[in-house]
Amino acid sequence: MTTDASDALLRVKNLRVAYEAAGRRVEAVRGVDFEVARGEVVAIVGESGSGKTTTAQAVIHLLDPTARVGADELAFDGIELTKLSRGQWREVRGARIGLIPQDPVVSLDPVKKIGEQVAEALRVHKLASRRAAGERAVALLELAGLSQPALRAKQFPHQLSGGMKQRALIAAALAPEPELIIADEPTSALDVTVQKQILDHLENLVRERGTAVLLITHDLAVAADRADRILVMQGGEIVEQGAAAQVLGSPRHPYTRALVAAAPALASGRLQPSASVRERIETDAAPRTPRPPLLTATNLTKDFGSGRDRLRAVDAVSFEIARGETFALVGESGSGKSTTARLVARLETASDGTVVLDGQDYTHARGERLRQLRRRLQLVYQNPYASLDPRFTVADAVDEPLRAFGRPRVERARRVTELIDLVALPASFASRRPAELSGGQRQRVAIARALALEPELLILDEAVSALDVSVQAQILQLLTDLQAELGLAYLFITHDLAVVRQVADRVGVMQGGCLVETGAAAGILESPSDAYTRRLLEAIPGREFTTTPESSAQ
Amino acid sequence: MLRYLARRLLQGVFVLWAAYTLSFLILFTLPGDAATVAAAGGGDTSTVDPKLVEQLRHEYGLDQPLWLQYLHALGKALRGDFGSNPQTGQPALHEVTQVLPNTLGLAASALVLAVVVGFLLAIASTFPRASWLRQALGALPPLGAAVPVFWIGLLLLQWFSFHLRWFPSLGDQGFRSLVLPAVTLAVPTGAYIAQLLSRSLRLTLGRPYIEQVRAKGAGEARVHFAHALRNAVLPTLTMVGVLIGNLLAGTVVTETVFSRTGVGRLVVQAVGDRDLPVVQVVVVFAALVFVVSSLAVDLVYPLIDRRIVLGRAAATA
Amino acid sequence: MSELILNERFTDSGPEAETRHEGEPTGEARRRPASVTRFFIAAGKRPGLVISVLVIALVIVWALAPSLFTHQDPLVGNVTDRLQAPSARHIFGTDNLGRDLWARVVYGSAQSLAATFLAVVLALVVGSVLGLLAGFLRGWVDDVIMRVMDVVLAIPTVLLSLAIITALGFGTVNVAIAVGFASAASFARVMRSEVITISTALYVEAARASGVRWYTVLRRHVLPNSLGPVLSLSALEFGTAVLAISSLSFLGFGAPPPAPEWGALISEGRNYLATSWWLTTFPGLIIVAVVLAANRVSRAFEKNGAAR
Repeated sequence: MTTDASDALLRVKNLRVAYEAAGRRVEAVRGVDFEVARGEVVAIVGESGSGKTTTAQAVIHLLDPTARVGADELAFDGIELTKLSRGQWREVRGARIGLIPQDPVVSLDPVKKIGEQVAEALRVHKLASRRAAGERAVALLELAGLSQPALRAKQFPHQLSGGMKQRALIAAALAPEPELIIADEPTSALDVTVQKQILDHLENLVRERGTAVLLITHDLAVAADRADRILVMQGGEIVEQGAAAQVLGSPRHPYTRALVAAAPALASGRLQPSASVRERIETDAAPRTPRPPLLTATNLTKDFGSGRDRLRAVDAVSFEIARGETFALVGESGSGKSTTARLVARLETASDGTVVLDGQDYTHARGERLRQLRRRLQLVYQNPYASLDPRFTVADAVDEPLRAFGRPRVERARRVTELIDLVALPASFASRRPAELSGGQRQRVAIARALALEPELLILDEAVSALDVSVQAQILQLLTDLQAELGLAYLFITHDLAVVRQVADRVGVMQGGCLVETGAAAGILESPSDAYTRRLLEAIPGREFTTTPESSAQ
Repeated sequence: MLRYLARRLLQGVFVLWAAYTLSFLILFTLPGDAATVAAAGGGDTSTVDPKLVEQLRHEYGLDQPLWLQYLHALGKALRGDFGSNPQTGQPALHEVTQVLPNTLGLAASALVLAVVVGFLLAIASTFPRASWLRQALGALPPLGAAVPVFWIGLLLLQWFSFHLRWFPSLGDQGFRSLVLPAVTLAVPTGAYIAQLLSRSLRLTLGRPYIEQVRAKGAGEARVHFAHALRNAVLPTLTMVGVLIGNLLAGTVVTETVFSRTGVGRLVVQAVGDRDLPVVQVVVVFAALVFVVSSLAVDLVYPLIDRRIVLGRAAATA
Repeated sequence: MSELILNERFTDSGPEAETRHEGEPTGEARRRPASVTRFFIAAGKRPGLVISVLVIALVIVWALAPSLFTHQDPLVGNVTDRLQAPSARHIFGTDNLGRDLWARVVYGSAQSLAATFLAVVLALVVGSVLGLLAGFLRGWVDDVIMRVMDVVLAIPTVLLSLAIITALGFGTVNVAIAVGFASAASFARVMRSEVITISTALYVEAARASGVRWYTVLRRHVLPNSLGPVLSLSALEFGTAVLAISSLSFLGFGAPPPAPEWGALISEGRNYLATSWWLTTFPGLIIVAVVLAANRVSRAFEKNGAAR
């Protein structure tokens, strides 16, 4: 879709935003130009730090007070936004430009009823009397797809799920019938099936009303599914823009190409070890043959609480992992996948069932026996920001397990250098602290620490889900290489089926504490037999745009 | 609900018992002999007649084993007998209750003043558009918290009693004599409320749901009064028990400075005379005030924050 | 592989905390400061903190070497000079015995500060040990310690101190001990909650999962990381203790006259309120300055702790 000047609803020319932080000036947005036509859905795609959220906040004038905004033109329906007074802004904000926030869980006032908060959107613009606003709120909640809207209107935010909260926020944003809605990562905090429902619903509502949408997302696939046009941002600049199909189908800018290649939903097939690793190990390229299981989990069950409040988080889950194999456990939040990982790692003790490592039952192992077992079985967490002691240098962190098992000092020093190299960090990083590292670098340190004692099984609990896609791709490649080189087995916990496609040999799908389906990765991803797995697969964004490996290769 | 109330009441009784026991341990087992001091009658302890000390020791039961003394004292305390003033023979409980209304009047007026001023200052430190004004007003509460209460009292006396002659310098008759002590007592408490609340307000104003209210096009007045303030008050409420306790403690100094009759001045005299029963009654009374005010807050809290259901905390983000 | 590392630079976020990374650092700003010039630049940006540190340093030097600051005798005065208003000769004026108030304030800092330090150290040691035990051992130890601390917190510090003074008798040391013990409970609370927060931190679990023994975890992770807030509280408590001790001295439970002590000085000036304003005003101002400075330093500790 092309836009000409006459029907542009929002026109941005040379938008610049800078922050003053600790005496330093940081340019977050550096000369951005774009337009949004009436009724058009435009997506801004970028990784963290690309300036996409700052751009959106500049349009609705909700930037941090320390931000300095400059623009040659920032016009909304012919009104120059940079010239508005506070009072004039209040008439535009909400009434003509609405906002759907990033995290619904923290975006509703916890002490006010849902209905009041939706009605407030009408009340502040004097669009309805108190009574009428209350009634409209119920109608809007219904329109946003909430069941029992009259009841929901009387409830408080904590009584609603994340998806329901986001529907309420959508109702509030749509209430005054704005011409433009800014949706800032509207579903990144939600499960993928909920994400699909909500985005479908939002799409219908805005198409019906002819509302324009500026969709901010890190997820290329979501943008591909939902937007007419896509703007790709990197380092505060728009590096590429155009119709969705064109940006994804034949990206011109190298960054976009890298992004398309890295996006797991758009790639296909299992990752192979990189060329250098393949040369070094010269394995037989023969397909994996069945081997005796390294880990066997039988009827694992975990209950939390007792009596009335008892909650069964994991319900009779059984699986096996062979040496050198990746077994992925997939599920949405609350499916019990992380608890299962913690049971296997023996950070929790199973209420029932057994875990056996290489013939040794360690379900109830404790004290020194459990400690010795830790050598063979290590864990990498989702959040590399919390899993490293902020006071420890990289070398200290990697050294810690070696020290705990009393290895001689000289050997330890050698091994630390070796490990830092193994996870492809420069040797100079040894003396850095976590605060000086990026997320991906920290995750490499966490992996190095986990590998220090040469374990046979690595449990990866959402180990890549906190990372940007390009970094995620690098870590996944690293994990693939390490597996080939060291013959590691992985228990890979994730909510992201697209990632599973890239790393897993076998997959188990969890829902409500139960393992609903398990089998070879290719089989499950292509012809799932369970209804829930099918729903999960259908909800993956970007399915229509699945590109062939040729077009995504550089 | 009823079960919850019963449990909280039981906890309250436990705190009272523990406060009694703690004060008993401090007052009756630490070095320093009550009998010797009592025999000296506030005079020099080196010239007392040892026979008199022996006699008093027996009279107080101080020659018995400690646990017997404790059980005996606890039994009497349950019947309202905390012992008597060694010099006047007045029952301690009676001495305290006699002057209690005076202190309560002072504390209540100071509390009202402190809450009003504290709220105004907290709002004033986030609401005005001019940042210099916010900063200037925001500097007041830390200042108020750093000033010794007795010094404020003396400065007020110096100006408003001696210099301007607006208020009497001492006594406890009538409204005019209440003004200066109430202001003195309100300063630290008001500063404390303002600090807690403005910190909490600033945190709340940074929350995403407040940005969402602004995104609806609401003005700052609505943001503050319809949303931020109510959320910000919640953490402050949990401190009410401590706050009222401090207010009570503040009367010790305030009543001394303004020579008012009251529990505060009574306890100062009691410490001077080593009148142990009175000190103990006041300590237990302070614990009672804490227990009652905490319980009151617990009962009010769920009305403001609907996430909290009495007896169990809902899991919240 | 080094190319990959360079690529990861896109994750180094700017000021916008976008979506997925919590608490991302702002790059180089987090590097440790190295040179002396950096220190002065940093100091120039926080003049309030610099002044506060100077105030505390000054009163400490007063306490250690009072004769450097005044040639007057704090205990003996010239009666003909009694109750003189501040002048070039007596910058803080003189009291009813003709003693120089400036000298009494300077010499008085030794008593006041010694008592304050004693109180803070007592509260810190007793409180942190109890808090550490409660937070690390949990179970019944935690229950017993914290129930007792709850009761101590239910009684206002001043009243509890008064009770302890009643038992111990009067004097500066006893006042300090009383204030110290009465304040220990808040240290215990902070230490306990820090220890619990850190013991449940992911990096502690990670250490345990890599086979580190519990006592090594305590020594290498829990203790060093929980010390920050406790230090911040110590600075805050320093201010609170100055106030508490001066109040108790004002009430007459501290050092007997003629020893100068800040609270006692104000108490002496009380009888001359109508005529000699300086006797109460100046010592009071010194107390206010010290307490404000201590609170400012405490806030700086708190911020550094949060930034870690």
